[in-house]
Amino acid sequence: MAEHKGVMVFGEQKKGKIHKVTYELLGKACELAAKLDEQVYCCVVGPSGIQVDELIFRGADKVFYVTDDDLFELPEVLTYAKNIVRVIEDVKPEICLFGATSFGRSLAPRVAAALKCGLTADCTGLEIDAGDGKLIQIRPAFSENILAHIKSKVLPQMSTVRYKEFDEAVRDSSRKGEVKTYEPIRIADPMIEILEEIQKEEFSIADAKVVVSAGKGLKSPEDLKLIRELAEALGGVVGSSRPLVEEGFISKAHQVGYSGNRVKPKLYVACGVSGAPQHIAGMKESEMIFAINTDPSAPIFNIADYGIVGDLYEVVPKLIERINTRKDVQ
Amino acid sequence: MRIVVLIKQVPDMEKVKFDREKGVIDRGSAGTEINPFDLNALEAAVQIKEANGAEVVALSMGPPSAENALREAIARGADKGILLSDRRFGGSDVKATATTLAAGVKKIGEFDLILAGMQTVDGDTGQVGSEVAEFLDIPHVCYVEKINEVNDEDIRVTTDIWDSVYEEKVKYPGLLTVTKDINSPRLPSFRGKMSARKAEIPVWGLEALQEYLDETMTGIKGSPTMVKRVEVPPAIKREGRVWRDSVDAGVDEFVEILVGAKVVEAR
Repeated sequence: MAEHKGVMVFGEQKKGKIHKVTYELLGKACELAAKLDEQVYCCVVGPSGIQVDELIFRGADKVFYVTDDDLFELPEVLTYAKNIVRVIEDVKPEICLFGATSFGRSLAPRVAAALKCGLTADCTGLEIDAGDGKLIQIRPAFSENILAHIKSKVLPQMSTVRYKEFDEAVRDSSRKGEVKTYEPIRIADPMIEILEEIQKEEFSIADAKVVVSAGKGLKSPEDLKLIRELAEALGGVVGSSRPLVEEGFISKAHQVGYSGNRVKPKLYVACGVSGAPQHIAGMKESEMIFAINTDPSAPIFNIADYGIVGDLYEVVPKLIERINTRKDVQ
Repeated sequence: MRIVVLIKQVPDMEKVKFDREKGVIDRGSAGTEINPFDLNALEAAVQIKEANGAEVVALSMGPPSAENALREAIARGADKGILLSDRRFGGSDVKATATTLAAGVKKIGEFDLILAGMQTVDGDTGQVGSEVAEFLDIPHVCYVEKINEVNDEDIRVTTDIWDSVYEEKVKYPGLLTVTKDINSPRLPSFRGKMSARKAEIPVWGLEALQEYLDETMTGIKGSPTMVKRVEVPPAIKREGRVWRDSVDAGVDEFVEILVGAKVVEAR
């Protein structure tokens, strides 16, 4: 058996545009490869014209580029998987990293199963064991309550890694690297046909510095105006707990929680959010948490830095007024 | 039409306790339940059965006690429950679990659709569904949030993936993993509970699956990954300052804290 060498990153792209998680993975891959004294690879599957130089500037020593202008236009997971498997079988990396985006989480298991290797999901930490040189894959489990340290017995050691967990690789436009291109493999009958792309709202709560969320304490959808005003005063965006999304007050893009979006803003304001475990799993890593709730025993106060026991309909307007006054007068 | 629903029995996450000092999970501290996302998968299957006619088979891998989860699945509308249980299945990771479940599906025989939750609340990987599909060599779609059409040859679904929303058509046999948005699971019915009580739940061990599975493919032996260590991370230290009696004082002092933290830029 040929030796497995190198740290490979799957370069997720959509319609030729590289997903930022790729740069985060390349940053981590450079660290790991330096410890192993090995190279960094990037496997990219997509249309022609992808900025492969950018992947090299961000740390890739070699780029393996499977290209076709039509075949990769849509998220055809089986076609992508087959092409990635071929590259991995050809290159034989020791470590292989995918972004834990929705597409990465659907794709990576197919690749791992086809290669009969292990796959560790949603890693938040990756280290090299100083003893045996193996990858230690650290991931939360049990709804974010524990951290498991996992090792693979089979090569490549494969993981999906959470988006916005690691810093992007520093760009160095003087870096040089090689590019190897591959002809695509087509599947005769893909069994799946993607019929239509339905536009989705552009809003992304994960990028916000301040999130002001409303929970069941909010009585009607019109009252979201209040939450929006506070968010604006703080230069942030509106979030929500699950019940309000279920009631149709606000779209799913705003939902914070285990089954919604995970956020880590500088400030998280919870207005009338009781703090169910499923909500807390999505925001507990915020830098500062501030809670407003009429119930002094609401669990949200247990994880808050600051809190006011009171009605959000009284507290929020007062906060807005005070913030605006403070901004104007000094 | 036959629909297989993959079910996992998990601890009730709202009650389970974690010992931070010892770094252990006290599974005994909580009751068990069907993984919440799997209830959505089951509900989707039962809705297809009601609209188009289908046999719904709930399939689970777990300890003998997981039989209860299968009875509950029957109470909620499944026609049958099958448990894959054997000491030698213990310690299975994603690949070994998916291999074992795929063997169970092969033994069931013909099927049109496999439905599963998008992830479990204990393992939290969200990977088993796609791996089962690969081992059965069938297509899969993850994160299905709506079933639009059930036809004789295919099913049309809406999925939220690749930073967009797509409508996809999947030919049978195929596998779908579903989100919580797909439906609101019903409660067990009285009739369902009666059937659940009477139902025989076949238990298939390694011998029963030997045509499709050997000892090296399942359990610890069949697992390419292993958990080396588990830590219960300490909760992030919080100030924990709560104004209980004075809203005005709270508002004034908190806004000053925001000014201090430069969240509010005072001029």
